[in-house]
Amino acid sequence: MPTMCRIQAEFERMATVCRRHEACIRLPYMRPIIRQNPDLPALPDFRNLGTVLRILVAVNGAAVIAAIVEAPRPELWPGHLLDNLSVLEPQLMLQLALLYAISPWLARQPYATGAWIVAGMTVACTLAVNALIDATHIVKGGDLLRELVLGLFLCGALLYYFRLRAKALSPAVAEARLQALQARIRPHFLFNSITAVLSLVRSDPRRAEGALEDMADLFRVLMRDNRELTRLENEVELCRQYLALEKLRLGERLQIEWHLNSMPGDALVPPLVLQPLLENAVYHGIEPSSAPGVVSINIFFKSGDVHAILRNPYQANGGRHHAGNKMAIANVRERLALHFDAEGSLESKVVGNAYEVHLRMPYRPSTSTVAEPPVPQPAAGDDMQKPPADAGNGTKRPPADSGDVPVRFAAVVRKVSHG
Amino acid sequence: MVEDPLRVLVVDDEAPARRRLRELLDDCAGAMPLAIVGEAANGREAMEILHAVTSDLVLTDIHMPEMDGLELARHLLKLQPPPVVIFTTAFHEHALQAFDVHAVDYLMKPVRMQRLLAALQKVPRLKPLTAAKLDELPASARRFLSVTERSRVVLVPIDEIVYLKAELKYITIRTAQREFLLEESLTRLEEEFGARFIRVHRNCLVAKDAIRGFERCVGDEGDAHWEVVLNGVNETLPVSRRQQYVVREIGRENQ
Repeated sequence: MPTMCRIQAEFERMATVCRRHEACIRLPYMRPIIRQNPDLPALPDFRNLGTVLRILVAVNGAAVIAAIVEAPRPELWPGHLLDNLSVLEPQLMLQLALLYAISPWLARQPYATGAWIVAGMTVACTLAVNALIDATHIVKGGDLLRELVLGLFLCGALLYYFRLRAKALSPAVAEARLQALQARIRPHFLFNSITAVLSLVRSDPRRAEGALEDMADLFRVLMRDNRELTRLENEVELCRQYLALEKLRLGERLQIEWHLNSMPGDALVPPLVLQPLLENAVYHGIEPSSAPGVVSINIFFKSGDVHAILRNPYQANGGRHHAGNKMAIANVRERLALHFDAEGSLESKVVGNAYEVHLRMPYRPSTSTVAEPPVPQPAAGDDMQKPPADAGNGTKRPPADSGDVPVRFAAVVRKVSHG
Repeated sequence: MVEDPLRVLVVDDEAPARRRLRELLDDCAGAMPLAIVGEAANGREAMEILHAVTSDLVLTDIHMPEMDGLELARHLLKLQPPPVVIFTTAFHEHALQAFDVHAVDYLMKPVRMQRLLAALQKVPRLKPLTAAKLDELPASARRFLSVTERSRVVLVPIDEIVYLKAELKYITIRTAQREFLLEESLTRLEEEFGARFIRVHRNCLVAKDAIRGFERCVGDEGDAHWEVVLNGVNETLPVSRRQQYVVREIGRENQ
């Protein structure tokens, strides 16, 4: 069959080209790294738990220091601190609430405008709280001028800190992306997959076609600029395609278990957050053994967070270089930190004879209903995308536990009102 | 005169890769006489197949479970005559530098028919790899030791070895079931498997897992020494004066 031989020859040539020009495959990633600097600096995300915590710690710390400086004797520190806090806390809470409310709008403003708005809010909040205190005399009012000066100073210092932090993290973005590149797809996966597809061209051309399409989708995602968050269901689909290719190579040795009953498909997650971890699971858990092994993927919604638990058989004497494993995990962890700060986490541990990776991300629903690539939308509302009320894992609907996580409440309400 | 066909054994843990090599070998069969004598999913299976059949060439993947291609190549050296080995691998160039340096033959996956044919035509002129060459390649520790018994090569899993004892020209390998004789140096084995075995005597390495405890024994002339009591084997092994610290070390580890 001359055509088939021709196809196979083309593949072989393609593989050779890929191997010779690995540098070219990397190139598309390099551009955004160089270009991204002008996009910075940006205001911090005022809805992020990490940001809010940092502000709270800094401002209250300043109040403590002020009390210590002002009070002539140590016995008077608590009194002074109380006086300071009684004025400061209402201002702080008011401003944080306002910032929380306008955060998305603020994020769209140029940096300078945003910074002036935040400073203006500081002044406004100080004046408002002072007026309230003057009118009601609930607590002892402070010196207005002093409060304004200190407030603006703190506001400036914090903005400067967040700007420095963003700058400090930005090379990490570049670094993480470069590392991701090297860790992402192991070249041996590409070449083994091409070999597997070649082996199907003569005997099972249809399967060969399907496998090639999966490969195309996978590499499309791998090669694009992955700074934007993507819908969880897209990432899961990508993982399915990736695992289908691995299954082609490894056959019965690779068993896959999906548990996605309560997965919130519309949650926004960093692209390629799961795929590298699954690649690890296959490389370290399945490939070193000739006995069949199970990779299980369990994604669920719990207490305002999206959890993903990936398990694979632990090969104690697998002998594979575990450095590569750590690199992929560190890489995903770093990207979680960049996107979610303290709200995202990744832990890995050995449980019995299984290796387990536990990922936690805040539930941020996608506002656009257009998935990319398009995912079929259910005709009646978006029932499919809502996490089911009580499907296993003690999952709760978001509004039910709004009380304990006020920071995320507004986001959840917005999501529900959409539906 | 018709040439004898080249007898080829294909070793790869991925079924599609084996199928692909088979197709390519069929394609090559038009250009030169070839016979595929078998297929194996790892090195251990390959050694089993080679009990029954002879092959001139082994085409083997490098990374495989149970026994990888590099270890297989070492055990193949024990066969008479040893077959030629050509590695097939999907790893990219810098991982293969050592192979280039030592002129070890390999084919990169996906394998092209022309390359394969060229390699096959070269086989009658190729010499089998040497142990020295294989030592230079970045291999991980072996999982088996191979011993020749009645012109067959038997694999002894490292996990099953209780102790290794040097005696004159040979090393005695003791497993729970029986003994084997091996021609290798104890020092080299200690280097390779240092994590698993501990030297209790100038001529003896014991598997740490197999040590049940130590006994104090008094000899005929009143001099006392320690002896190792073993799991699974009803024997004791003397601990030399120089290695006495082992008793304390193992004792501490087991506490």
